[in-house]
Amino acid sequence: MKKPLTIAIAAATLASTAALAEPRSGGVINTVLQPEPPGIIAGVHQNAPTQTVSGNIYESLLRYSTDLEPMPQLAHSWEVSDDGLVYTFHLNEGVTWHDGEPFTSADVVFSTDVYLREMNPRTRTILSHVESIEAPDDHTVVFSLKNPFGPFLLSFEAGTMPMMPKHIYEGTDFRNNDANSHPIGTGPFKFERWDRGRVIQLVRNDDYYEEGLPYLDGINWHIIPDASSRAVAYENGRVDVLPANSVENFDIPRLSALDNTCRTEAGHEYFSPFAMLWMNNREGPTADKRFRQAVMYAMDREFARDVLWNGLGNVPLSAFGSNARFQDDSLPPYDHNPERARELLDEMGYDGEEVRLLPIPYGETWVRWAEAVQQNLREVGINVRTQSTDVGGWNQRLGDWDYDLAFTYLFQYGDPALGISRTYISSNIAKGSPWNNVQGYENERIDELFDLAATAYPDSQREIYYQEVQELLHEDVPVGWLLELGFPTIYRCDVQGLVTTGIGLNDGFKNAWLDR
Amino acid sequence: MLYARLIVMRLLKAVVVLFLIVIFNFFLIHMAPGDPAAVLAGEAGATDEQFLRQLREQFGLDQPMYVQLWRYVSGIAMLDFGYSYRQQMPVFDLIMARMPATLLLTGTAFVLSLALGILAGSLAAARAKKPSGSLIMALALLFYATPLFWVALMAVVLFSVYLDWLPAYGMVTVGAGYTGLALALDVGKHLILPATTLALFFMAIYTRMTRTSMLEASQQDYVKTARAKGLSPRIIQRRHILRNALLPIITLAGLQAGQMVGGAILTETVFAWPGIGRLMYEALMQRDYNLLLGIFFFSAALVIVFNILTDLVYRLADPRIKEAS
Repeated sequence: MKKPLTIAIAAATLASTAALAEPRSGGVINTVLQPEPPGIIAGVHQNAPTQTVSGNIYESLLRYSTDLEPMPQLAHSWEVSDDGLVYTFHLNEGVTWHDGEPFTSADVVFSTDVYLREMNPRTRTILSHVESIEAPDDHTVVFSLKNPFGPFLLSFEAGTMPMMPKHIYEGTDFRNNDANSHPIGTGPFKFERWDRGRVIQLVRNDDYYEEGLPYLDGINWHIIPDASSRAVAYENGRVDVLPANSVENFDIPRLSALDNTCRTEAGHEYFSPFAMLWMNNREGPTADKRFRQAVMYAMDREFARDVLWNGLGNVPLSAFGSNARFQDDSLPPYDHNPERARELLDEMGYDGEEVRLLPIPYGETWVRWAEAVQQNLREVGINVRTQSTDVGGWNQRLGDWDYDLAFTYLFQYGDPALGISRTYISSNIAKGSPWNNVQGYENERIDELFDLAATAYPDSQREIYYQEVQELLHEDVPVGWLLELGFPTIYRCDVQGLVTTGIGLNDGFKNAWLDR
Repeated sequence: MLYARLIVMRLLKAVVVLFLIVIFNFFLIHMAPGDPAAVLAGEAGATDEQFLRQLREQFGLDQPMYVQLWRYVSGIAMLDFGYSYRQQMPVFDLIMARMPATLLLTGTAFVLSLALGILAGSLAAARAKKPSGSLIMALALLFYATPLFWVALMAVVLFSVYLDWLPAYGMVTVGAGYTGLALALDVGKHLILPATTLALFFMAIYTRMTRTSMLEASQQDYVKTARAKGLSPRIIQRRHILRNALLPIITLAGLQAGQMVGGAILTETVFAWPGIGRLMYEALMQRDYNLLLGIFFFSAALVIVFNILTDLVYRLADPRIKEAS
């Protein structure tokens, strides 16, 4: 595992020295998109490929550095009142939509208060903390909150809080608006065309409000359904950038070793994908806390990281990932300890009842991972049977709670109140969704603590609550914590400035340029 | 007159068969676990009940099954194939947009495999006892037995990665803006690998079938008679043996032709060919019911049409069939 690390370091050094060069305008970047999105309107769909494309067309008020510090975007500055209840944003002047209409504070009020409240479930939850949204003048927006909400300033990312044009959508059916075939945003790139099954093309927005940006003339997302064909497309030079998850993991070392090839894990800090093992807390052996702890001790997570994920990612120290805030890294670790696992199983009197394991159908790596976990569990005497499904079947099984163990991964969105509490609070138990409290964990103290922490002010107060949350969860093991995944972006080294924010490629092409 | 009656009868039957197919498919698809709303919401990584309810209302999935079936069947009766949930476009437009690419690929493969297969099979039959005949059969067996996707991948590795002669994926060079002859050449270049890959398999089948069928026909008494008359071996091969050996090949060709519209899922996926096979596979994974049913409908209709055509061609190739009916 030494080699990929050296490459990564070499790549990072190369990138930082080359960053000193003066950016040059011109050129088109070719990359791939997988799977083909259902649409590319930021507000309508929240799928990952939708956001990858639409993040270059639409913008929000802010963007975020790789340390998740807010950076100006449509807002050039902002203030938070001392009690954490009033957020005031000052918008850039001279911003226009791609159809030439001016962008004003009225668009912000419409997008947040009307459009997103109706359309985006994740944003809807965030906005439930907001009492009123007002626009005192054309370039100022004031959000007044019902209660302090710690992660509020982290919510203004283009996929979560995209600004939608009021003059196009007001009073229409947002989902079936004819304008949905031709997105209009304020971003650095404009929609050019979408040949279904072939390519999505964006071109430079010549009227972009940030002087000199973007550098590129355009972006082509090629739609290539087969993972090895995507690898070939990179190998023979037809595409320059392979976003995370576009090739199988076992191809990554080989591709990283090609000439003029750089690799970075940066750019996913905002999302911080966290792989987990759902364990059904309702029935069967998995309902027993000791069984779930035994599973944690039985799994060799370092092996999975080193062999299946090419050494990328971290073995989690707590229910909170390292990129979410308030992580407590001093908890006693669940290391690979089959002996302890057997003890726990004996203690609970596990009788060898069969446990069903459901891998997530997202490609070869996940299948192999399930095989590795199955073997780990069998070593300590757990009777595991792996089942297979496709995406539709997987959704249905999880949504109906018809499983014992199941793989998944969830985004953390930089704050426990945005991406982590949803997995553990009991108000989030509902059939029909594979992404809520699917395991059916109920703990009144946890509910109370998450509630208090989300609305506490300032951060030092939140930290105290989250400390206790992590201790309780660590003991209860409502789900298995597998890995904080490292998602590598592979690209030609002469593509400069590609990943500059914690949102990565989803808003990354704005600053990218070609050194050729 | 006989032909006209035959065609009318067959078309009437076809309508009944199609109707049954539509209903059968409808239930078959709804038996798959999960629905398009759940898949869409699932991909978004976050969802609540309101979001799912909105999607199901929008798609009409909140209605009872018999209402959905009635809406679908009455839509089909007026040639309205509905709306793709996922792609948010009319199903008919989506299918028509992919049809040319698929027909180009499968049509080319069809012609290639049929022509080369019959040629190779005839040669193998004529040289049944010579090493060259055995060599042809060995190759045919090899192509017949090798999985299609493996051939495709190896072709990509050899011709695209190492030799860099041919493009590995797609149908046209994106951004090149070719028109006219340059465009045709560009598409042709992209077509070579997928069409050859697809053709190899069918070619192997035609080769084996032609050879067997011709060897059988060459044992017939009329061939002996022809030899006794002193006809040249070449003429005997072509007129007496090949023509009589054609029937099973026509049957198979009819089957293959019927499948042309269904596309070639594996080949289209590996080569990112924007055809119907890929569209169908994705629709299946995404539980895009309307789109999937639409593709099934077209495929079924085409199979029926080609079955009728095959029957007509039988009669041309072998007048005895006409007598018998």
